[in-house]
Order: sequence, then structure tokens, then C-alpha cells
Amino acid sequence: MDFSIVWQYLPLLLEGAWVTLWITVVSLAIGLAFAIPLALARLAKNPLISSPAYLFVLYFRGTPLLVQIFLIYYGSGQFRNELTDIGLWTFFRDPWFCGILALVLNTAAYSAEIFRGAISAVPRNDIEAGRACGMSGLLLFRRITMPKAFRIGLPAYGNEVIFLLQATSLVSTITILDLTGISRQLISKTFAVYEFYLTAAAMYLVMTYALVYLFRMWEKRMSGHLQERVVTEPR
Amino acid sequence: MLDLHGYGWLLFDGLQLTIAVGLCAMVVAVLLGLLGSWGKLTNNRWANLAANTYTTVVRGVPELILLLLVYFGTPTLIQSIATSMGYDIRVDINPFIAGTMTIGFIYGAFATEVLRGAFQSIPKGQAEAARAIGMNRLKTFKRILLPQALRFALPGLGNVWMVLIKATSLISIIQLDELMRKTKIASNATHEPFTFYLLASFIYLGITLVSMMAQKRAETWANRGVTR
Repeated sequence: MDFSIVWQYLPLLLEGAWVTLWITVVSLAIGLAFAIPLALARLAKNPLISSPAYLFVLYFRGTPLLVQIFLIYYGSGQFRNELTDIGLWTFFRDPWFCGILALVLNTAAYSAEIFRGAISAVPRNDIEAGRACGMSGLLLFRRITMPKAFRIGLPAYGNEVIFLLQATSLVSTITILDLTGISRQLISKTFAVYEFYLTAAAMYLVMTYALVYLFRMWEKRMSGHLQERVVTEPR
Repeated sequence: MLDLHGYGWLLFDGLQLTIAVGLCAMVVAVLLGLLGSWGKLTNNRWANLAANTYTTVVRGVPELILLLLVYFGTPTLIQSIATSMGYDIRVDINPFIAGTMTIGFIYGAFATEVLRGAFQSIPKGQAEAARAIGMNRLKTFKRILLPQALRFALPGLGNVWMVLIKATSLISIIQLDELMRKTKIASNATHEPFTFYLLASFIYLGITLVSMMAQKRAETWANRGVTR
């Protein structure tokens, strides 16, 4: 084993790690913007609203991300002429657009499910208390339901963030040079297989546990008023 | 109507291999999970350390990296060790075995956490009572702990299975002819990638739906002795 070769290419690997983080953050931000309306649609009483949301979530959670990425990136080629006509081909030709689109749709579906669970786990009493104070509609949602649901959903959402960070490695299959992509490229150049993969694995490990730590801190901050209480599991 | 240009059977072949890899990997994962949860719950400090390192590392690294590391890294590692000892050998790993072992190894870490939680949710008195009426440790495990743990673990293991079967699509990258790679072959030959990838996604969705139903049945079966 000779890790001096890794040292030589370390700047490239760090650049790849930066790309990985960038893709993760961008996909999460856009995905979150879709996830909350989607979660509300899932909870809607009108089946015309809730069933399309249900099917969307079912499809993106029930199929592998790799298929979703290939379906968007390679699949769009089948409609090249149509897409050119409406001026969208420049987007679908771009692996970055396709990769991020797939990640956004995927994380939106998973996060929507998390927030749906969290919103329905908000205690009825809280909502009734809010109503008793004269709040309703959007105000009630913004002041009572959402903050509480966010706190309930945060641990699960943290897991989703970590899942997405690791899932971004799949965009390397459509030529994007993220940490995995860069490692694969350097390996085909230098043949130092396990040196680079082990380094990449270590870098992912550091990023993952940095995120785990950040989310744990955030959870602590969000639920500071609950800290002193000793929680015992009911048997 | 959907025209597959005669490539439908290719996908069916791929599906069979996908399910075969998935089932074998699941067996590996559950066995590793049992071993790992024992490692986490036992009093042996080295076993604790090994099990904790296993779950920490595997859950922190993408499946794709681990897969590539095992498939391409292991032969190179063995060869360079052999070369340094003066032998000249060439090692090739069978992609089926490499894929099954890697996927099983990865999801073994998740199964470990599920089973650890399940064993921990069995009241301590259960094992103590079994010991008190004279069962030895193995019998206590087989008759008292395992059946109850499986009931608690079933929802979690079902989730592991559903994530695992989707993860088998990654094995196409190491050239195993499972569903995903067959789809690629078909879409290259017909120049209709959208049709074939969409079809493949629906096949995966079908697997997920069937698994969900099976899980529900299994949970009803496992909870048959419990009144609500």
C-alpha cells in the first residue's frame, strides 16, 4: 500500500468532496421546498389532491435512485426532438441538471413522508389550544403545527440528509466528477485502486459524522426546553 | 401499445438474477446482523469494539464506494500482497459473489441495529425466567429470545430488505447481468432508453409493492399471539 500517491492528488479529491457537498446542499434545499407542499398534499382530505402526491411518493421511494437518474439522463434522449422544440434539451443534455433533478425528486419524496408523519404526530391538544387562542388556517399552521412538526421530524430528516449525502455518489455514473467520480478517474489513471477508494471512504465517513454531529447539536437546540425531563419508556 | 422489440425476456432474466442476488444478500445480512447484535450486546469489550466499528464505518460510507472497493480493490490487494511475497497470481472475483457479499455486508450493519433494538426490547425477566426453569443459554436463545426478537425486528428487517433490493441495482456497475444491466443492453440496442428504464422502474416498484404486502402478512403472522 502506497498512500503517497493519494497525497499527490489530494487537492483533486478535496475538490471532489466539495462537489459532493455542493450537490447535497443544493438538492436538499430544493427538495425541501417541494417536500412540505407534498406532505400537505398527502394529508389533504380531497383524494384528487392526496392521491397524485401518494403516487409520486410511492414511485420515488419504491424504485432505485440509480434507475431514476438513468431514466432522466439517458431516457430524455428518446425525446430529444420534442425537448429541443420546447427548448428544454439544453437542460436535459446536462448531467448536472439531470443528476440534481433526480436527487431533488428523490429526497422530496422521502422528506415528504417524514414531514407527513411529523405533522400528523403533532398532538391534538396543541392544535386545539391554538384554536382556543383564536388562531386558524395559515397562522395556526405557521405558529403551532409547523414548529412542532419540525422538531418531531428533525431526527428522521437528519437521517435523510445523511442518506442523500451518500446517494450523491451515484451521480458519478453519469460523468459528474464528485468525490466518487474523481476517485474512479484517478484510479483509471494511476491503478492505485484501494488507496483512492479507502481515502474516498474516509472522506465520506468524516462528512457523514460531521453532519450527524451538526444535526445532534441542532436537535439539542431545538428541544432545549425538554432537556431536564427524564424520559422513561413505557412498558 | 408498448413495443419491446423482443427484449422483454431479457428484462425477465435480469429480474431473476436481481431477486437471487437480493435474497442471498439478505441471508448474509441477517446472519451478520445476528452476529453484530450479539457483538453489541455482549460484555466482551473487543466484540463491542468490533461491532461498533462495523456499523459506524459501513453506515458512513456510500454503498457504491464499498462495492467498488471490494470488487476492484480486493483482487489488487491480494495480488500486491502475493507479489511482495514472491508469488505471481491473478485473482478475479466472480461478480455475483462480490455483489452478494458486499450488499450483504453493507446491509448487515443495518440489520445489526434492527436486531440490537429488538433484543433490547425483550424484557430481561424473560431470559431470567427461562434460565430459572433450567434452560441453558442456547435453549434460552432459541426458544425464548429469538422468536420474540423476530417479532420486534420484523418491521425493521422489512425495511432493510426493501432498501437492499433497490441497492442491488448498483451491482450493474460491476458487470453482473441483473435487471439494471439487462435494461441498459436493451435500451442501447433499441435506442429507446426511456421505455426500458421506465419499465425497469416499474418492475422494481412491483417488487416493492409485493414486499410491502408480504411484510404486512408476516407481521400479522408474527403478532398472532398478541392481543391489542
